[in-house]
Amino acid sequence: MKTLVAAAVAAVIAAAPAIAETKIGLITTLSGGGSHLGIDTRDAFMLAVEQAGRDDVTVIEKDDARKPDVAKSLADELIQKDKVQVMTGIIFSNLAMAVVPGAVRQGVFYVSPNAGPSALAGKGCHENYFNVAYQNDNLHEAMGAYMKAEGLTAPFILAPNYPAGKDSLTGFKRMFEGDVAGETYTKLGQTDYAAEIAQIRASGADSVFFFLPGGMGIAFMKQYTAAAVDIPVYGPAFSFDEIILGAVGDAAIGVKNSAEWTHDLDVPASKAFVAAFKEKYGRVPTIYAGQGYDTAKLILAALDKADPATDPDGFRAALAAAEFESIRGAFRFGPNHHPIQDIYVREVVAGPDGKPTNKLVGVALKDHQDAYAADCKM
Amino acid sequence: MTLALLVEQILNGVQLGVMLFLTAAGLTLVFGVMGLINLAHGSLFMTGAFVCAWVAGTTGSFWLGLGAGALAAAAAGAVVEMLVLRRLYDRDHLDQVLATFALILVFSEGARWIFGPQPLWLDAPAALSGAVSLPGGAAYPIYRLAIIGAGIGAALLLWALISRTRLGMRIRAGESDREMIGALGVDIRTLYTLVFALGAGLAGFAGAMVGALQSVQVGMGEPVLILAFVVIVIGGIGSVKGAFVGALLVGVVDTMGRVLLPMGFSNFMPPSEASGVGAALASMLIYVLMAGVLVWRPQGLFPAHG
Repeated sequence: MKTLVAAAVAAVIAAAPAIAETKIGLITTLSGGGSHLGIDTRDAFMLAVEQAGRDDVTVIEKDDARKPDVAKSLADELIQKDKVQVMTGIIFSNLAMAVVPGAVRQGVFYVSPNAGPSALAGKGCHENYFNVAYQNDNLHEAMGAYMKAEGLTAPFILAPNYPAGKDSLTGFKRMFEGDVAGETYTKLGQTDYAAEIAQIRASGADSVFFFLPGGMGIAFMKQYTAAAVDIPVYGPAFSFDEIILGAVGDAAIGVKNSAEWTHDLDVPASKAFVAAFKEKYGRVPTIYAGQGYDTAKLILAALDKADPATDPDGFRAALAAAEFESIRGAFRFGPNHHPIQDIYVREVVAGPDGKPTNKLVGVALKDHQDAYAADCKM
Repeated sequence: MTLALLVEQILNGVQLGVMLFLTAAGLTLVFGVMGLINLAHGSLFMTGAFVCAWVAGTTGSFWLGLGAGALAAAAAGAVVEMLVLRRLYDRDHLDQVLATFALILVFSEGARWIFGPQPLWLDAPAALSGAVSLPGGAAYPIYRLAIIGAGIGAALLLWALISRTRLGMRIRAGESDREMIGALGVDIRTLYTLVFALGAGLAGFAGAMVGALQSVQVGMGEPVLILAFVVIVIGGIGSVKGAFVGALLVGVVDTMGRVLLPMGFSNFMPPSEASGVGAALASMLIYVLMAGVLVWRPQGLFPAHG
């Protein structure tokens, strides 16, 4: 038996150089609001491909401009005209919902570097869909668990009034479990939070948890600091990546945020990645860069084992086995192809160059699996 | 709700109101005097914020940035008026909307091209950072009080300009009969450029002030533009006084709605549902207000051409 397996492995390895060219379609947000997320994902993905030095992999890059209809038509073009076998890149969940179900039904593999809507993790899961980053609720759940463990009893929670905002507060409450001092939904795209900040001050809360991605978070943090409220702030990593911190400035110092990876993680692969990324692009990688890098590493590792064009079942099994050197350390998928992973807590501190940056302070959840895995029947 | 919180929220509403007034004043003047619908007004607001952030970042002085932002917006407004809008005064409103919408795209892409896609960082000046205690105990950011002061100051200057100076007299004359003041020998082209630059400068000033509160990014002008249109429709199109009253009304109603509606609903709903329903209704409230005002006074509160 052993020799048989060894022979099979040897055959696969021997077959590897003969693998025909694999085309990977990378649709991500490279222009408009939120483009720094896509640019970081793309840059790190390309860094991994370049480091692998493979000339049998072609990456076709497309810019979705954060528009679902654009993403959908780009995906159709990639699948039908360019005949890509693997797709990746989408940052925003509403775009993922427009692209992923159609793509996987046509036999394409989709490996998500960021968007993890609950609809694709539970009943809507698919054998060809993998998420390397997280299920969307995870970082909010982690903060709920962390704040509970910290002994906080009366958080004031707020998020924009749209599906991801509601999921965020639901995820937070799932793990926090206790009562909250106040709960507010703001308008999507709101830029002035004076009214909410006054409510927070008057609510008697002992902490604030907020999920306000992009410019909304920048505005909130600046105004919160200017209003001299001294209630500590917590949130998911989305409002505290290194690029947003540049715009928020010192107002963010002291904020704790949850993330599944951070650039100062004590993992050799992570340190090597951070150094290589800094050297090539001259900036500190955000979590989106980390996710883009892991996504590329996973796809490349699976390509070593099987060719998606001729052996889709083998390629799928190779993706699911996730035998690659993740910058998060150990990495594994749950039954719904979403990661089971540790989620960390970082604190925003003044960096060595005076600019604010994130520092690892603890682990919020160990080996955390999303709440939807049980609903997934593949 | 305690008195301190109420006072604080009313101040928040007034602050939002005066910001809206600065943006709406230019819009309503341009419509009143030239009959032009200018969708690109939000882009001038953005121009002010970007230039202010850039100059403040380069020189380290917010005040230089503020001046530069207002001047740059005024200059951009004058250039746009001379190059593009001048040809549109005699066309119908649909052509104007189309052309000025195109200008939004040009300004947005231009800002992205010059300043990059990342939001810029603009901090309030040190002299205005921090907070003061209000009667009743709540702390209130000094910068927001300064915005209220600057907005009211700008409103007074604008009022003095329009009702007390020769330029203002011409603007008023232009509002009531543009052929006639042309026939009387007033250089109507220069007057139009001046009015447009004035409106643009006010919007740029507002953008620069607001830039220190939020993030300076491409597309920041459009949400303000929509509110400014609501303001001038409520106040009466073309009326600066109407814009002032309308802006304060919109600012206070919007702020108080966001606070009071979820509170009201939580009396007979579970808190998480109440905040969802309340927030949804609050975001509609100013449009309900606009519809109500229009039913009551179809020309707005202070019709310019009574």
